[in-house]
Amino acid sequence: MAIEVRIPTILRSYTGGSKAVEAEGGSLAALIDDLDSRHPGLKARLVTGDGALHRFVNVYVNDEDVRFTGALDTALKDGDAVTILPAVAGGSRSGGGTSRGGGL
Amino acid sequence: MARFDSLLDSLGDTPLIGLPRLSPTDDVRLWAKMEDHNPTGSIKDRAAFWMVQAAEKDGVLQPGATILEPTSGNTGISLAMVAKLRGYRLICVMPENTSTERRQLLQMYGAEIVFSPAAGGSNQAVAVAKEMAAAHPDWVMLYQYGNPANVAAHYETTGPELLRDLPSITHFVAGLGTTGTLMGTGRYLREHVPGVQVIAAEPRYGELVYGLRNIDEGFVPELYDAGVLTARFSVGPREALRRTRELVEKEGIFAGISTGAILHTAIAAAERAVAAGERADIALVVPDAGWKYLSTGAYGGTLAEAEQALDGQLWA
Repeated sequence: MAIEVRIPTILRSYTGGSKAVEAEGGSLAALIDDLDSRHPGLKARLVTGDGALHRFVNVYVNDEDVRFTGALDTALKDGDAVTILPAVAGGSRSGGGTSRGGGL
Repeated sequence: MARFDSLLDSLGDTPLIGLPRLSPTDDVRLWAKMEDHNPTGSIKDRAAFWMVQAAEKDGVLQPGATILEPTSGNTGISLAMVAKLRGYRLICVMPENTSTERRQLLQMYGAEIVFSPAAGGSNQAVAVAKEMAAAHPDWVMLYQYGNPANVAAHYETTGPELLRDLPSITHFVAGLGTTGTLMGTGRYLREHVPGVQVIAAEPRYGELVYGLRNIDEGFVPELYDAGVLTARFSVGPREALRRTRELVEKEGIFAGISTGAILHTAIAAAERAVAAGERADIALVVPDAGWKYLSTGAYGGTLAEAEQALDGQLWA
């Protein structure tokens, strides 16, 4: 079963520059293990030594924050979309950006 | 009573407006908390006024003091209004390339602007403001991301207003930025309404905004307590724009783009309630009206064009 995982700019050094990669797993933890086997080093950037999600990493399954759905135990199924984003400050607005990918 | 002694006296007590055309059934209803009815037209007036009042009470803010705040958004405009009326100097640190409307509104109220690099979004503005505050110990940084008065404003006003106007409330949906609205209103509602759902709608921006050099540069507001929320959803610009336009078309409400993200999340909650066969009264926040966003192109052309125009901007 294939699940699309969207990778933020800051972690694309692990995916050869790819914005989105495929991985497998029945839970988020299993998915991250599979991701790490394909893109070594990625897991250490997402999960702490204590086995929790890194404080400044947000993971969404079908746009819902996994911290409210069981965190790393969140169940996944074929066709789910996983998005990884760094936590940033919001609540304000600037323009003039040149990057693409507003939907990321 | 609709007469007030001064502008600041008119703050809060905003209308709660039913959305009969967007509500899926008679048992699952959506209600919009119209925060554009505040003095500068946004929900941030509550936090700004509460933070200034608290600092005055604590003696931190003396007459003629200089206030420093990282914000390019509504908080800056609200603070600029309060600072003007109370006789303070205001310096706003905001990401460069901020929209003309923002700059003009801040300058009209007499605020000074210091620009921070666009890459990294508000993270950079926060970092720059913290450096400036360290270099100028006499300046007062109210710091909306960590100031308990931001939460208190909503605990003391937004929450009680909602419960008074909608005693049957089952869901509260608001945007997640400083987290002040959700923490304050959410805590109040949780204390008074068993089982109430407190749902965050988090804007998902273009890549530039997430352009940190390192994950450890990430930022979670000091005010944030995940325990107050029951769910948190990420909403991209396409859905936010689509719902912002839908709100105009179906209910006649001209709102800012963050409202679209919040409405999208509220409608999803409504659909889940319908599917579960449950009654629901869902209150959602309309943080501001659309005026300040007209120049973004959000309201004209196709959705794809509007989405492209928003790319790289902090639209909420």
